Amino acid sequence: MPAVRNAAIHGYGCYFPRYRLRGEELSRFWGKAGSDLPVKEKAVAGLDEDTVTMAFEAARYAIMRAGVDPSAVSAVHVGTESKPYAVKPSGTLVAEMLGLSRNTTSADFEFACKAGTEALQMVTALVEAGRIEYGLAIGADTAQGRPGDALEYTAASGAAAILVGRNSTNAIAKIEYAVSFVTDTPDFWRRSYERYPMHASRFTGEPAYFHHTISALKTLMQENGYRTEDIDYFVFHQPNVKFPLTVAKVLNIPLSKVTPGIVSDVLGNTYAACSMLGLAKVLDEARPGQRILMTSYGSGAGSDSFVITVCDGVEEKRNRAPTFTMLLNRRKEIDYSTYLRYRDKIRV
Amino acid sequence: MTGGLLSPPSVWRLKPFIYRLEGLRCDSCGHFHPLNYFVCRKCGSKKLVRDRLPERGRLVHFTVVTQAQHGFEHAAPFIAGLVQMDDGTYLLGQMTDCDPENLTPGMVVEAVVRRLRANDDSSLIAYGIKFRPVI
Amino acid sequence: MRTYLLGGVVTKVDEHWDKTLPNLMAEAGLKSLEAAGLSTVDAVYAANVYGEVLQEQANLASVLAEELGLKGVMASRVEAGGVSGLSAIQSAVAAVNAGLAKAALVVGAEKLSDITTEEMTSLATMEERVEYVGMLGVSQLAEAALLYKEYMKRHMVKQEDVAYFTVLSHEHASTAAHAQYPFKVSLESVLKSPYVAEPLHRLETTAPADGAAALIVASEELARRLDAPKCLLTGLGFANDLVTPFDREDPLEMRSITYAGLRALEMAGRKRTDVDFAEIHDSYSIMAPLTLEALGLAERGTASILARKGYFTLSGELPVNTFGGLKGRGNPVGASGIYAVVETMLQLTKNAGKNQVDGAEVGLVQSMAGLGALAGVAVLEAVR
Repeated sequence: MPAVRNAAIHGYGCYFPRYRLRGEELSRFWGKAGSDLPVKEKAVAGLDEDTVTMAFEAARYAIMRAGVDPSAVSAVHVGTESKPYAVKPSGTLVAEMLGLSRNTTSADFEFACKAGTEALQMVTALVEAGRIEYGLAIGADTAQGRPGDALEYTAASGAAAILVGRNSTNAIAKIEYAVSFVTDTPDFWRRSYERYPMHASRFTGEPAYFHHTISALKTLMQENGYRTEDIDYFVFHQPNVKFPLTVAKVLNIPLSKVTPGIVSDVLGNTYAACSMLGLAKVLDEARPGQRILMTSYGSGAGSDSFVITVCDGVEEKRNRAPTFTMLLNRRKEIDYSTYLRYRDKIRV
Repeated sequence: MTGGLLSPPSVWRLKPFIYRLEGLRCDSCGHFHPLNYFVCRKCGSKKLVRDRLPERGRLVHFTVVTQAQHGFEHAAPFIAGLVQMDDGTYLLGQMTDCDPENLTPGMVVEAVVRRLRANDDSSLIAYGIKFRPVI
Repeated sequence: MRTYLLGGVVTKVDEHWDKTLPNLMAEAGLKSLEAAGLSTVDAVYAANVYGEVLQEQANLASVLAEELGLKGVMASRVEAGGVSGLSAIQSAVAAVNAGLAKAALVVGAEKLSDITTEEMTSLATMEERVEYVGMLGVSQLAEAALLYKEYMKRHMVKQEDVAYFTVLSHEHASTAAHAQYPFKVSLESVLKSPYVAEPLHRLETTAPADGAAALIVASEELARRLDAPKCLLTGLGFANDLVTPFDREDPLEMRSITYAGLRALEMAGRKRTDVDFAEIHDSYSIMAPLTLEALGLAERGTASILARKGYFTLSGELPVNTFGGLKGRGNPVGASGIYAVVETMLQLTKNAGKNQVDGAEVGLVQSMAGLGALAGVAVLEAVR
């Protein structure tokens, strides 16, 4: 794919609920060993939250950072696999909550955990093509795990939003390259009327997550002549903590370039928000001139890979909204029964 | 029966206020009115202009509600609050993302959009403003 | 003004499972006609708030007229939240004084039995700005709790001192045959009852039930020809204010109550000090001190001090809620104002039994819609 000619990140925002369910609590309830947890704890949406409200919160922070009037934004694409409505676009709800332009292009995207970065691809292209001045790409999910299933340890709630506009000196970061790599790979799916997804077991590793993540990343780096030394931060999709660290090992990427973008250990897998939350966390600390390579992964399957160069605007703009760490410090532990209540799993 | 406060036209009509705190401000005395008015309810002036409340305010009083009203049974106990927005307007709303122990009158709070009601699995979801301590 | 009221009748506030709303009303209405010594009236006014919602019956007054066996009469249902009763009386009084009717029957009733407490809280919230507070999930109950907090903070009054008004209401209800709760409660039990919206305890709020009360408004000429005990309505005043208390300049002021009271007393040619007893709208315990202070019957912030001194008991300087008020006698919303007026009539005609206030010559009735959105005050006097 050719280089991105004219698109930059003008605002970014992250949001996740304050409730946390610890892996140890899950193990306690289900009578499993409390060791070898895929993540320490995960964020759980409260009773009055859903994908739309979280998308709104993240987008609000992105707009605050950008310092633009909401009415100047004319695209909002929400990537999610937990839409409150199977039919009724989350994007228009978010658009009205924020007060965006009425002449806004909007649709909800689904591509499992890479729906958010897919939205970023779309909004980047719209800006590049000169169709819009500013657009919002949002990844948001209230991921559900079947009670007792392994996924229950990691399926979490969160949202990340990126406001894309044209290149400018006071942008937060310039989008240099964007690549996608997709195949039909049945690692994880959910049929239309089912509440919980189905997933393969070890098949979700090598032929799924690793194949697509590594293929997209390698394509991006080779096509554009990047070496590992040229990149300061590698951000990956993180269904757990082990997978992204394994990619780093396989590709000889120093862990010090990967750990800053790790969020799953303390949040769980926030699905469509995941890699973008990693990006937001990195943008909270990155310096102008540094390069970030973000590679998402969505089951089904595919990966989007981006190279982003941090610009001067980041220092002034990053503190206009709560940072990842500030949100992380907003924490209230809940027990399994409260989790069941909040996630509406008690049904008769 | 169709109709009612949560019917599609009703929720749709209320959006500018319940999503974005939009309403009308009296050009003469500055009093803010939610939604739609034809005459200033404070001074009687007919000159009302479209305006929007600020997103932030200060918590004045709050109460932990244990006896919910119909439609909010599953949310109880919840916290209802009185907030003075930054322009001086007093607004009532539910508090969210907080426990009574971390609330103090005088603290800065902000308006965010949350799920207010969804009667069942098939009905329209009503979203609207709640207040929460600023992060 | 001098308008005659007679045939006052009250039904026990209870769960009348076997009676429909029109039945409940017709029974009270027929007793009222009988008590007055009348076989017919020219107009029927039904005071009721929730009949259209709960009983799905609109056009209530026509239905009532049919069950009263009346034909060719004027019939109208009046709704003004908690002021419905006094508003219906106002309609009747206006009709009689304009010569549109020689006699008008006013029946107030409500059927709230079988609804859940949550539904009742929603019904009460219907008196508020539903598109604002209703939608955002703040009930009238929560608003009352917030007023309570402001009152305690501003006047440095303790929770116990506001809750004490509940004890007072029950004290008077304990000897009232038609009361919903004819028993005393201790302050301790009030404070031990669970919170509904702190600091409001459950016992500081009213519970849903059925009730009906009726009376007849008659022209002077007709009234003088009838033997039945009668009294005079000499003053009537109403005033509205912004519906949401926190939209007003001062949420505790309750100006609607003050203005309604001033107008009624002025019309009656009476001073506050002439009032021998008062029936007030204590839908929530906090409304009792707020109302007494708004009426000027106590200095701001001091009503509870007087209450603790026994000022408002049946034998006190100014007996209040002589049959228990809304808290003790009950609050079938549309009927509450009629109950209060009939109770006043009982006092003025020396028929109040164990609840009789000695030397009761001038009584004041106050009703409120919402939390002061509208207030009505009536001044009644004994016929001398």
